[in-house]
Amino acid sequence: MPTEMLQIVNEEGKSDSKLDPDLPQSELHKLYRTMVYTRAFDNRMIAMQRQGRMSFYAPCVGEEAAHIGSAYALKPEDWLFPQYREQGAMILRGISLEQLVSSLLGNRNDANKGRSFANAWGDRSLNIVHSSAPVGTQIPLAVGAAMAAKLRGDKTVTLAYFGDGATSSGYFHVALNFASVFKAPTIFFCKNNQYAVSVPIHRQLASKNVAVKAAAYGMEGVQVDGNDILAVYCVTKEAEERARSGGGPTLIEAITYRMGAHSTADDPTRYRRQEEVESWKKKDPIKRFRLYLENRGLWGEKEESDLWTEAENMVSEAVRRAEAAPLPTVESMFEDVYKEMSPALKEQLQDALTSRESR
Amino acid sequence: MSVLTIVQAINKALTEEMGKDDSIVLLGEDIGVNGGVFRATEGLYQSFGPNRVIDTPLAESGIIGVAMGMSLYGLKPVAEIQFLDFIYPAFDLIVNELAKFRYRTGGQYPTHIVIRAPCGGGIKGGMYHSQSSESYFIHTAGLKVVMPSNPYDAKGLLVASIRDADPVIFLEPKRLYRSVKGEVPEGSYTVPIGNASVVAKGEDVSVFTYGAMVHVALEAAKKADEKGISVEVIDLRTLSPLDFEAIVDSVRKTGRAVVVHEAPRTLGFGAEISALISEKAFLHLEAPVTRVTGYDTPFHYSLEEVYLPSVGKVLNAIEKTAGF
Repeated sequence: MPTEMLQIVNEEGKSDSKLDPDLPQSELHKLYRTMVYTRAFDNRMIAMQRQGRMSFYAPCVGEEAAHIGSAYALKPEDWLFPQYREQGAMILRGISLEQLVSSLLGNRNDANKGRSFANAWGDRSLNIVHSSAPVGTQIPLAVGAAMAAKLRGDKTVTLAYFGDGATSSGYFHVALNFASVFKAPTIFFCKNNQYAVSVPIHRQLASKNVAVKAAAYGMEGVQVDGNDILAVYCVTKEAEERARSGGGPTLIEAITYRMGAHSTADDPTRYRRQEEVESWKKKDPIKRFRLYLENRGLWGEKEESDLWTEAENMVSEAVRRAEAAPLPTVESMFEDVYKEMSPALKEQLQDALTSRESR
Repeated sequence: MSVLTIVQAINKALTEEMGKDDSIVLLGEDIGVNGGVFRATEGLYQSFGPNRVIDTPLAESGIIGVAMGMSLYGLKPVAEIQFLDFIYPAFDLIVNELAKFRYRTGGQYPTHIVIRAPCGGGIKGGMYHSQSSESYFIHTAGLKVVMPSNPYDAKGLLVASIRDADPVIFLEPKRLYRSVKGEVPEGSYTVPIGNASVVAKGEDVSVFTYGAMVHVALEAAKKADEKGISVEVIDLRTLSPLDFEAIVDSVRKTGRAVVVHEAPRTLGFGAEISALISEKAFLHLEAPVTRVTGYDTPFHYSLEEVYLPSVGKVLNAIEKTAGF
């Protein structure tokens, strides 16, 4: 039974030396770079939506440590099942910024052929299964993939991301139950960001927290400071080792905060106080990790401003390329419904092409 | 060649395909040790073991969700939903995820699971063991929907479904499981998905139907023939993608059409077939397209015979259409 939340680095950037994983400097820099790129990306996408250059966007501001630290603990052959607010995990795994923007715009260069609205990133070559909007559906899929890996004799681990709201869905229960019955090598990673759109955590559950729910399924449950990237890395690593060695699934609850709106269509002033937001800004995961690096003498003003300039330039370049790409072809709208286009779809494609000409 | 029931033909298809392809796994409630409540998976647990014939916890959304995850990883799961009436907890996953995965991932993650489910009435099962909900699935882009009416097609269509690249909803009319027997070849063959079959040739009226109603329609056609009306009966076999050429060809010949299905009338498949005929063969029509269907009530228990299309109802419709 989890009793307390694991924290390694406190808000002043001081780490507990007994718990610090002592990652090499290059790895610490990689994590920090990914966090900054993610924040720069978020800032720009919000601005683009405000300028009318994009219909919708859901930022991850404040949650970077939770998803980047957990994705970092896995191997490239492990499968990620994102929710939709894991921009940093996408960047860390290697989806290009241009691909992320292309997908948001739904242009011709989007690998998903412009078919999905907002944050529906994925990439088969990187073992990332594209997220979808219905809440919680990805959780049982992660269990199935893990069961398949086990049947095949592969050592693959799967990780499902979901929010606190998803713990109220049937999928959460069904998936945890199946995973524990079949000892599936799955990690259930709940990013408890305190709100499901406007509904606060105490309206989602009456149990002490999310992590305690693991006990009912006969699996390990652990709570971690989701704004502490090293603590997140450590608990995920432990879950990954348990899963890979046949010990079955783990439920991780990362305590974090959605510092921004649910999406560009949301106004959080309707349901939460500014003082609350301000108090969480002090726990900003990027600020904390920067202090940690500075305290260890691994970072300074110069590096900081150079990195931000680089990240913003890279995002600008990605936007420039993505915006230059045309919309997908009309033909592509009718492809991939089935492997082969059905007779009915062939007829409808002709209709769409003719209607377009006569418009 | 041996004479088998439909349930035996399904069992053969599963056994033979699993023997050839070790990526095929079965999942469902009571399908392992118990061999399935209709015995469709009898003996498979003993032949292939618990890793490939998986008795799951009782949660349809778990069965379908896990099957999809397995498919993403590269396995070919065949999931059994014990009764089609119980599929709805998995409906979200089927229509929002399974049907759309290939599409929304730009072709990167196709899912090709087969969902087998006993469907339809005729066994005095009441409203929760008799539903015909094929329309929900036919209406969903990305799914294929198949319903055999005889043992030969059952085996051939199931083999084709397992080998298909797309998700298939494989509906098994449970009242036919043991009541219809027929010759089924040993070894592998397929009945292609998307092809209807002319099961009785005729000149005056076309009857379009599928599943258990094929047998009702054939009986009615025989009676009509005695009265001098020559009836063509088309077993659609695949409901999506639909073989509309077969439908149009037959109507062009007869000029008269009756559609028969157990599912409720409003937005039942008959509505689609009727619209299709008026769009593609209007000038060949000699009479309005007539529907003989279940009623727009929940499936009734004790008055099942009143609810279901019968030989008498179909014969009436044929006569009315022929005499219009």
